[in-house]
Amino acid sequence: MTTSQAPLIPAPGDTRRRPLVVMRGVSKMFSSGTLALSDMSLTVEPGEFVSLLGPSGCGKSTALRIIAGLGDTTTGTIDWPSSRINSKGLPEGDISFVFQEPTLMPWQTVFGNVYLPLKLRGVSKSAARGEIMQTLTTVGLQDFAGAYPRELSGGMKMRVSIARALVTKPKLLLMDEPFAALDEITRQKLNDDVLRLWHETGITVIFVTHSVFESAYLSNRIVVMKARPGRVHADFPLVTSLSRDAHYRTSEDYRQACEKVSNMLLEAIGGEEH
Amino acid sequence: MATTSLEGNPPLAPPKPGFFGRNRDTLLRTLIPVGVVIALILLWQAIITLNSIPQYILPGPLAVANSLYNDWGTLWPALWVTTQITMQALALALIGGVGIAIFLVQSKWIETAFYPITVILQVTPIVAIAPLILIYAPTTQVALLICAFLVAFFPILSNMVQGLKSVDHNLLNLFDLYGASRWQTLLYLKLPSSLPYFMTGLRIGGGLALIAAVVAEFAAGSAGAGSGLAFRLLESQYRLNIPRLFAALILLSMLGVVIFMITSFIAWLGLHRWHESSLKREN
Repeated sequence: MTTSQAPLIPAPGDTRRRPLVVMRGVSKMFSSGTLALSDMSLTVEPGEFVSLLGPSGCGKSTALRIIAGLGDTTTGTIDWPSSRINSKGLPEGDISFVFQEPTLMPWQTVFGNVYLPLKLRGVSKSAARGEIMQTLTTVGLQDFAGAYPRELSGGMKMRVSIARALVTKPKLLLMDEPFAALDEITRQKLNDDVLRLWHETGITVIFVTHSVFESAYLSNRIVVMKARPGRVHADFPLVTSLSRDAHYRTSEDYRQACEKVSNMLLEAIGGEEH
Repeated sequence: MATTSLEGNPPLAPPKPGFFGRNRDTLLRTLIPVGVVIALILLWQAIITLNSIPQYILPGPLAVANSLYNDWGTLWPALWVTTQITMQALALALIGGVGIAIFLVQSKWIETAFYPITVILQVTPIVAIAPLILIYAPTTQVALLICAFLVAFFPILSNMVQGLKSVDHNLLNLFDLYGASRWQTLLYLKLPSSLPYFMTGLRIGGGLALIAAVVAEFAAGSAGAGSGLAFRLLESQYRLNIPRLFAALILLSMLGVVIFMITSFIAWLGLHRWHESSLKREN
């Protein structure tokens, strides 16, 4: 067990920055009586790319939803030390969520879907146009602003979903198995896109996945979780001097990272049986 | 012209040039049903003529057309009255159905409390309430309006309730996440997302409004200047003016067809760009 609450990776350049989000002893009991999450503590520093990895039923999605403010905690607290908090206890406009499905409104165009978060804040369409087109360009969909979701492929729909999450310039991007339903080729491409956006924007990402390879490729910190009840099993950094690209996929560093993550996951699953 | 592209590779042939080539489908789609109707009318006239059936038993299409032309002065005001009642009832049913649906889905308790009442209103045969409504309503016109409204309103209500409750849960979560107000969620998510359900309700409600307007007028049986097509129909029957009865019947079905076309067009306008029901399947 290497469970740890202390920040493991000093953010590059500035170690005095305050953490972005701090979960302390968070538990979640569903109304059915299932303990989905038990005493989970997690501190996420600005700029980190954290993967929550674990078997199904380990509470990783529940944890993500609780961070997003979707559903209350049964016990424990969530703090946002570096954000302004609104009346609901959530940081004002600092979080975005990407669901497993693209979750687009079929009656709106790509533009309309990306405009939604700004529209809900009362930004006029003309004032938002520049921002929306710029965000669409970063995900490579600038030519599809007028298209309807049904006209797009699965990967493109996911890009729209990501663009919608980024258009508010959030500090924290929460992704709940976003590419699980996509084919391997599209998935790798989107992984590279997410890494590029992470580098370009300096955004903090919490990424829920059940793929060892995906988490080892993307993240610089991995939190392995255990099921019944859902809890943190291991929390460790993944450091590499290589840049994460096609070469990295075939490097020894990546192989070792996969092996480490894989062993931790096996431990987490194995420990569950007795 | 149509055969020129058959050489080479037929599966990849581009759309055939020329007006007929491009619009062949549309033309056939119009011509075939129109042809069938014309053929049936000719057959009708032929049967009348060959068997020399008297007009008071079954009038031929010519006699009906004649009556349509000669009695236009009586039929037209009646058609106008029926159209007005149907349209007003449908409009009220739309406002009432959507409004009450929005009210019902506000909370589980509200729905539990009020939904049974709307079901009772629906399952009670409208002809059975018509005499009551006729007693309480200030005028016959208002009574007819109430009857037509009660019948048209329910499919719109039940479809709308279903639609408002079928909103994608992830989208609801997303709206929550961005701090959308109740009003914003209704306006930008729940209403557009239930549009396909609304359109179904509209099409059913449009047809039912006309049926109910006719049935209610049968029940009311009112005469006079303000009476609609249904009364003219009964009146023609009493007077054994069968050609006029047929003429009134034809006007009623034309009205029904027009209502169907209008509601279908509205549904197409609202849905054709995004909803599966309005898309042509390509494979």
